[in-house]
Amino acid sequence: MTDFVTFTIIGIVLGSTYAIAASGLVLTYATSNVFNFAHGAVGMVMTFLYWELYVNQGMPLWLVLPLILLIVAPVFGLVMERLVMRRLTVADVTTSLGVTVGLLVALIGLAQQKWKPAGRSVDSFFAGNSVSFGLVRVTAQQFITMGIAIAVALGLYVLLNRTRIGTAMRAVVDNRDLLALHGARPNLLSGLAWALGSSLAALAGILLAPSLSFDYTILTFLVVNAYAAAMVGKLKSLPKTFAGAIALGLLINYGQWAYISLPASFVKDSDGLIYGINNSLPTIFLLGAMLLLPQDKLRVGRIAGTKLPRIPSWRATFLWSAALLAGAYALTGSMGIANNSRFGQAMCLPLIMLSLVLLIGYGGDVSLCQLSFVGVGALVAARGFDIPFTGLGFHPQITVLSLITAFLLTAVVGAVVALPALRLRGLYIGLGTLAIASALDHTVFETGLVGFGAQGSTIDVPRPGFLESERSFAMAVVVTFVLMAWVVLSIRRSKYGRILLATRDSQAACATLGFSTTLTRVAVFSASAGLAGVAGVLLAGMKHTVGTLDFYFFQNLPLLLFAIVFGVTSISGVLVGGFFYGCLSTGFLLSSDATVKNLAYIVLFVGIRLLVNNPNGLVGLLFDQSRRLLRFRDKDPERTTTGSPVEVYPAVVGRVVEVPVGSA
Amino acid sequence: MTERVNALDVIDLTAGYGRIEVLHGVSFSVPSGSVVALLGPNGAGKTTTLNCIAGVLDPTGGHVHIGGHHLNGAAPDRLARAGLCTIPEGRGIFPNLTVVENISLFAFAAKATPREIEERSFTQFPRLAERRGQLAGKLSGGEQQMLAMARALSTDPALLLLDELSMGLAPKIVEDLYEIVGEIGRQGVSVLVVEQFARRALAVAQLGIVMVQGRVTAVGEPADIEGELSAAYLGGAA
Repeated sequence: MTDFVTFTIIGIVLGSTYAIAASGLVLTYATSNVFNFAHGAVGMVMTFLYWELYVNQGMPLWLVLPLILLIVAPVFGLVMERLVMRRLTVADVTTSLGVTVGLLVALIGLAQQKWKPAGRSVDSFFAGNSVSFGLVRVTAQQFITMGIAIAVALGLYVLLNRTRIGTAMRAVVDNRDLLALHGARPNLLSGLAWALGSSLAALAGILLAPSLSFDYTILTFLVVNAYAAAMVGKLKSLPKTFAGAIALGLLINYGQWAYISLPASFVKDSDGLIYGINNSLPTIFLLGAMLLLPQDKLRVGRIAGTKLPRIPSWRATFLWSAALLAGAYALTGSMGIANNSRFGQAMCLPLIMLSLVLLIGYGGDVSLCQLSFVGVGALVAARGFDIPFTGLGFHPQITVLSLITAFLLTAVVGAVVALPALRLRGLYIGLGTLAIASALDHTVFETGLVGFGAQGSTIDVPRPGFLESERSFAMAVVVTFVLMAWVVLSIRRSKYGRILLATRDSQAACATLGFSTTLTRVAVFSASAGLAGVAGVLLAGMKHTVGTLDFYFFQNLPLLLFAIVFGVTSISGVLVGGFFYGCLSTGFLLSSDATVKNLAYIVLFVGIRLLVNNPNGLVGLLFDQSRRLLRFRDKDPERTTTGSPVEVYPAVVGRVVEVPVGSA
Repeated sequence: MTERVNALDVIDLTAGYGRIEVLHGVSFSVPSGSVVALLGPNGAGKTTTLNCIAGVLDPTGGHVHIGGHHLNGAAPDRLARAGLCTIPEGRGIFPNLTVVENISLFAFAAKATPREIEERSFTQFPRLAERRGQLAGKLSGGEQQMLAMARALSTDPALLLLDELSMGLAPKIVEDLYEIVGEIGRQGVSVLVVEQFARRALAVAQLGIVMVQGRVTAVGEPADIEGELSAAYLGGAA
């Protein structure tokens, strides 16, 4: 009984912290329509700052807390809103995800730059003070956390529902322009919401800090749990969010209690399934919450699509392919073993991103579990494949057979993932697939039974004899990229490609014409996963050894970020973006020094800030500009004509005028 | 003797989208306390003119004077505080706020309490009183347009701009809404109505302005511009 009460209290305290963080998320989403993936990263940076000022600089707590919560965090929120978020209110989900993920990555980079990894800790508030209820002891920190959570929940509820400023904040999301037409200042209102949201993220981080290790990723991703709580309230309802947060806190703690109470005969190793499931409870909760959300209705008359880049002709495709192959051949011939290995690994990233062209670029969906599909492919190469009870299968190897098997297996996994995820749309698919990626980490990749084993362990991958050298394998990766790019372009040119684009532009229109949009989306999810699986086999071969950390769910975020920034709608976009990301990760051409990496992330974020209105990415922008330059040089008179639409298109106006006269 | 200032003066206004110029020197005035109908076929530039006046679109040339003040390029919120209120095309409401929240949101502009504004709005639009707690997005099209008008009036505007009031509504509802527009005019509020269904708007207006292809082709009392209207809609004017 004592255990039960203890775990309940700890669960409520943990839930209270999630509630504070989730309230910040709900506040910013409800007032700006932007889901801030970087919410946790803001909390992480503020927590590090708290440590810096309070522990490292020795400033008094009464000064540090107001300084961070009332000045630094709100100002940071205001700046974030002014520079980036304001432009995202009408952006599509992919752009919005990309920008906030970019901010997250940049903030982690910034924190790593400022605070080098080291053992850090902070004391609880009023450490040593506690109140006992029978055998259960509740610390002052736990009391404070619960009290603050309740105060925040009530305060926000009153603000949003009982004050004019709160009502106006909600009105900003509905119709920003209309609000301005009536004399309100929408920018001021969203700025206020972001300032408050940023403070709440900082508050949650500071309250959690004494019970956690000071790790950039752990602090940042604790907010994944806040996502789950916010999802219970459908990102709108604060009371439901609060209830969801407490329920999640209790679930995690009861799970922990059940786990430590298991008989010793159960497998409790860190590579066991039970351990994995226990660690996945927050993500399972998130998935459950999302699956209970009502299925999104089709929006009639809504055109979501953006203008895609022109499809290159086959001639241009072959010329570019030949140039790429020749360039790679020459480059690999001029380099040593180490650089060839780095080059090959860097080229695996464009290969992986090709699958995103199909899914995001053409299909208009979002996936944050693509790297998990790559991991499944890598598992096929690293562990071989057995069909139970039939005796059929093969040993670990990289052959055409393993490539085909990886494609088929990941395609099936992709379809299975797609079925629940595609009930949802946009942002929810992003969150859902990220939850799936995290769950796959814990329940598949980290298990000894079918995965790579506990975090840190790796499996060797044998290469076939003719691809033994680094150069030959790197060339095999480049050849596969070219072949897969042809496949993707063929799909784009085919009837299926046109259906895909039509579905992306208007699902409602396609549905009314008799197309099964669900089938189309499941098919593209599945095909995209299959391509990622093939990339996984080659990545495994290129790296020689692979482990769980190579496919850790967090890695999906920079993958998506680079793809979007450079252009996920074109092959050239992912080739440049993937290769740049690959170079940063492997240290090929660029220094692998953390400073360079972090600066690159920050530059990247600035880049994405410029790209809010250009979904075709940097490469798309480059092609657009060069075409414009060519047109300017041609001085095409037709394109520089000014005048009313009537003057420019007289034929159209003539037709409009004639109809009523004739019919009258 | 003091000269009476017009509620709105638009002088030689030019504007467009990108390189395409849509308004080619539009000029007209809305006398204080009158209802003026801005009419014309699709693509005449009516909404563009309205957007320039409301500060949503920056004109490329010309002047906009509201209540005698030169307000070119002012932000929409500043114009609103200067007494201008716009109901944009296609239901100017906040769908995720309740009816009461929509109405009382701008009570401060009228220097009244939310309760006073609610009472005033529900007296003028009794149908909204029955829906007071409902989300605005769940109302019918006519009710949404009523709500948009109620909210606009809650700010006590000096000049009200109405864009395509009749869009997507049943004739009976349009009839009721225009009666309210006439009533608003009689209360001394200057109103500029942009409308395609000319006859309905002219029934309550003291002045009509006809636009064709980005130019004003006629200004006059309703009876005087009938001929010009037929030409504009049937293609005779240019």
